Amino acid sequence: MVKVQVDDVIVDVPPGSSALQACEAAGKEIPRFCYHERLSVAGNCRMCLVEVVRAPKPVASCGFPVGEGMIIKTDTEVVRRARRAVMEFLLINHPLDCPICDQGGECDLQDQAFGYGSGRSRYLEEKRAVVDKDLGPLVKTVMTRCIQCTRCVRFSTEIAGTPELGAVSRGESLEITNYVEKALTSELSGNLIDICPVGALTSKPYAFHARPWEMKKTDAIDVMDAVGTNIRLQARGASVMRIMPRVNDAVNEEWLADKGRFSVDGLTRRRLDTPWVRVHGKLTKVSWQDAFVAIAQRLKVVPGNRIGAIAGDLCDTESLYALRLLMESLGSANLDCRQDGAQYDVSNRAFYTFNSTIAGIEEADALLVVGAVPRHEAPVLNARIRKRFLAAGRDKFPIAYVGAPPTDPTYDYDLIGEGPSALADLLDGRHAFADVLAGAKKPMIILGHGALTRPDAQAILAACWALADKVGALTPDWHGFNVLHTAASRVAGLDLGFLPGAGGRTAAGMMSGGVDVLWLLGADEMDMHRIGPETFVIYQGHHGDAGAARADVILPGAAYTEKSGTYVNTEGRVQRSFQAVFPPGDAREDWRILRALSETLGHALPFDTLDALRARMEAEHPVLARLDTAPRFGGAGLAAPAAEGAIGSEPFHPVIADYYETNAVSRASPTMAECSRVYARPALVQAAE
Amino acid sequence: MLADSDRIFTNLYGHNDWRLAGARARGDWDGTADIIARGRDAIINEMKASGLRGRGGAGFPTGVKWSFMPKTIGDLPHYLVINGDESEPGTCKDREILRNEPHKLIESALIASFAMGAHTSYIYIRGEFALEARRLQYAIDEAYAAGLIGKNAAGSGWDFDFFIHRGAGAYICGEETALLESLEGKKGQPRMKPPFPAAMGLYGCPTTVNNVESITVAATILRRGGAWFSALGRPNNAGTKLMAISGHVNTPCVFEEELGVPMREIIEKHGGGVRGGWDNLLAVIPGGCSVPVLPAKTCETVLMDYDSLRAERSGLGTGCMIVMDKSTDIIKAIARFSQFFKHESCGQCTPCREGTGWMMRVMNRMVEGRAEIDEIDMLEQVTRQVEGHTICALGDAAAWPIQGLIRHFRPEMEARIMAYKAKHGGPVSVQVPADMAVAAE
Repeated sequence: MVKVQVDDVIVDVPPGSSALQACEAAGKEIPRFCYHERLSVAGNCRMCLVEVVRAPKPVASCGFPVGEGMIIKTDTEVVRRARRAVMEFLLINHPLDCPICDQGGECDLQDQAFGYGSGRSRYLEEKRAVVDKDLGPLVKTVMTRCIQCTRCVRFSTEIAGTPELGAVSRGESLEITNYVEKALTSELSGNLIDICPVGALTSKPYAFHARPWEMKKTDAIDVMDAVGTNIRLQARGASVMRIMPRVNDAVNEEWLADKGRFSVDGLTRRRLDTPWVRVHGKLTKVSWQDAFVAIAQRLKVVPGNRIGAIAGDLCDTESLYALRLLMESLGSANLDCRQDGAQYDVSNRAFYTFNSTIAGIEEADALLVVGAVPRHEAPVLNARIRKRFLAAGRDKFPIAYVGAPPTDPTYDYDLIGEGPSALADLLDGRHAFADVLAGAKKPMIILGHGALTRPDAQAILAACWALADKVGALTPDWHGFNVLHTAASRVAGLDLGFLPGAGGRTAAGMMSGGVDVLWLLGADEMDMHRIGPETFVIYQGHHGDAGAARADVILPGAAYTEKSGTYVNTEGRVQRSFQAVFPPGDAREDWRILRALSETLGHALPFDTLDALRARMEAEHPVLARLDTAPRFGGAGLAAPAAEGAIGSEPFHPVIADYYETNAVSRASPTMAECSRVYARPALVQAAE
Repeated sequence: MLADSDRIFTNLYGHNDWRLAGARARGDWDGTADIIARGRDAIINEMKASGLRGRGGAGFPTGVKWSFMPKTIGDLPHYLVINGDESEPGTCKDREILRNEPHKLIESALIASFAMGAHTSYIYIRGEFALEARRLQYAIDEAYAAGLIGKNAAGSGWDFDFFIHRGAGAYICGEETALLESLEGKKGQPRMKPPFPAAMGLYGCPTTVNNVESITVAATILRRGGAWFSALGRPNNAGTKLMAISGHVNTPCVFEEELGVPMREIIEKHGGGVRGGWDNLLAVIPGGCSVPVLPAKTCETVLMDYDSLRAERSGLGTGCMIVMDKSTDIIKAIARFSQFFKHESCGQCTPCREGTGWMMRVMNRMVEGRAEIDEIDMLEQVTRQVEGHTICALGDAAAWPIQGLIRHFRPEMEARIMAYKAKHGGPVSVQVPADMAVAAE
């Protein structure tokens, strides 16, 4: 540790820290625009100038390394004058249009201007104006407001790995641009809005919708993928206006993928706000009571083993648990949370979770990705892989893919095969990457759903485990076997045993006539035509999507922003989300619907409150009581997963065809539809031009 | 005055053969292997003893700079980078070296590279120097063919490669770290210091960046001894220096002269006197456009060296003076510099990016006199706000000429404003008309 004196506070900071970090450690706030903890240091805004004793002139604290016994002065006349000077320079060409700027209220420049700005401008010349850039459907630009801090350039280059932004020209004419008029291609582009300290980059869909001080902020968990990104819902009145990330270094650092951020407008569209019952082939609005009676009448004549339930991808753990209890009380073993038909070995939690943990990626030194496309399936997790890739340095973090050739994963990789035969090559050491993995101290294998949704999934899983074992990925202090999930509810479903019981049917079995009554809990990503016409379908969910269209009874539930719920991410990390707004109309939280219906059915569920439900659930599944932790454990000494059947030869296919439309919420979102038009089907755009 | 026997640059004017044969006849490449055989420490100590200060403008002792390089070569190679991006207005001394004394440069680069443990040296040549780059390349090819550089260069046992990189004409690429960025293929923007290039320079490796002249004199200093060099000039301002005179003199020229010679003597002897006689002198900018201007009265007595000019709150800079007689509109001259700096600011850091444009616009109004007296003070404050707050020295360079103008010619500025008021009457609008802003671009 290095001892540094900041004003009259003496602090110990790690060697290599910057003066700014030392000042923060001493509790001194240093104004800054270009400096960002997670980006490289640019040192160009000059706002963080401090005085260092024996330095001839003020130094930019963000890039100035501390030395033993250094004395930093943050509050002298020299420093104040320097900061006032920088603020004046920043403001001479910055439009003073705060009242019509979307950044107003959360603008670093506005805030700092209170501290260091002058009430009067001495600049009487003409101001600079900069042409706005078209960055696509998500990020709006007002480039005249840009203060050239280059945070966005560094973010897109370093974090997102899509170096599409840069600065052209020089001097006063320097401007940030995307070189050619082309939409940003990153799935993390929304973070540019958070990164930008001024109103140059703002949210296009959210433009002029609300002011930050009008919002009620609620902590929640993103359900658009299985990363479990920590988010903050910002609601005004009855609707969530926008979603922003929360800092959680173990999960998402401070990033949020675009689908999680911008599908917010899907939450107010195509909503189910009243129960419906199909009468003579036509859906009719009914009261809750009538809907329950319709269900009860139908269930009365069906034996328990002819009832089934399939859970979708966005469900909270509580409603999964309530539905499982209800099904069990009705005598049904037909439960499935795998609407995509994935197969797992649930005999050990390590066989279906991301055991290295997301933060653990930063320790890994070799990576094999099997049947997964992390960039689309978990953009934030992919950013962590890129972070490791950059931090490790050239050739220090070799990455190989088995599967369809990914379009720019944002790091260098070797494609060593498109089908499972590459796994066999790795297993018997025929492929050179086997030696790379074996030579690594902490090798990682990520197994994705491109591999797990195949008939030979179990065999592939066993092969990957065997490979992990062989290359030394399973040691007492490292667990390099990882399953990358795509559904937010999946790990919870597997933890809860929302799976076919003894003699129970799988999702496919239930749909193809295996049951007479099929309960779809938010399950929309299936081919509903496979459900026979005589099957009675109950759809409980929040959006009028595929499931509701097929349903005989619709029970309007709550979207993830409208209920307090528990989610388990791909690591197995249990996180709790809170209710920001109320469900629309007559829609209710899902566990309440199930509790109320159970009363009508004469199988009252044994809880009346969410707390009681949780207490029971946690008693039954203690793993769900470990909130906010993903315990790291080594992989040594575990029995291998059961290998069933032989590995096929068909190549792996990606499970996500269109990143922007993967679930009921994002499909209802006009913003996501626009993104889909621009990104997933660019050929159409060209044709239109 | 400098005796002919003490001249380092004996072919400065290109009267003789610049190729290898001619260079050898003048003593270049003589006993190069013997100099290298003295060893690293001996060479660096000799350079320190010579008192040579960097000839690019900042005046940092060259030997000390070389000694900052790591003593042993670790995992990373060392580099010598020679700054031939001579773009300072009024400055054209390195150009003469490049086209008339290329072998002196190559030989010195070999010795300097050896002294800092570098096997590779790059020279970054200003893009506009086409002939110079061609001649230097010819000389490099000659040296390779003669075994003077390459494997076992000049029989010294040291492997040495020398490469030319041509710039694209940006002034900022003459700043050492911007030069490194540009050399790496990036946009020429200065880096934050620390880390200094000696620790982390070209491609992240230990690097020394030296001016062409600082390197080129090394071979002669080592051949004739540091004591010889330090005996020339004045204490702490040792040796000879290439200087130039441009502007309102009878014979503008580039010449080699001892440091510490009176400016007036230089102008009279080398420049053939001020146009219209000494009394017609208005001011001199002593070292390229980035140092403050000196009024005629000071020029009478000041000596041309680092410390004397520093004492007059100016600087030696590149040693290339711009002489202005009384026909000069000094405000317009400085305003032109402001336009230059505004145009050449890289735009990376705030004070320079915003400040150079501001200063230029106010200066443009000052030329007309379309301003208020108070605005002279404001302009002075703006230059103080830029100075010392930027990543590189270009911010200072943009501020100093204006500070010099205000310091010495404030009465002229006020007179200009009063004349404008008298002519146009009443309160004066200070809005810049559109055509004016366009002209400034």
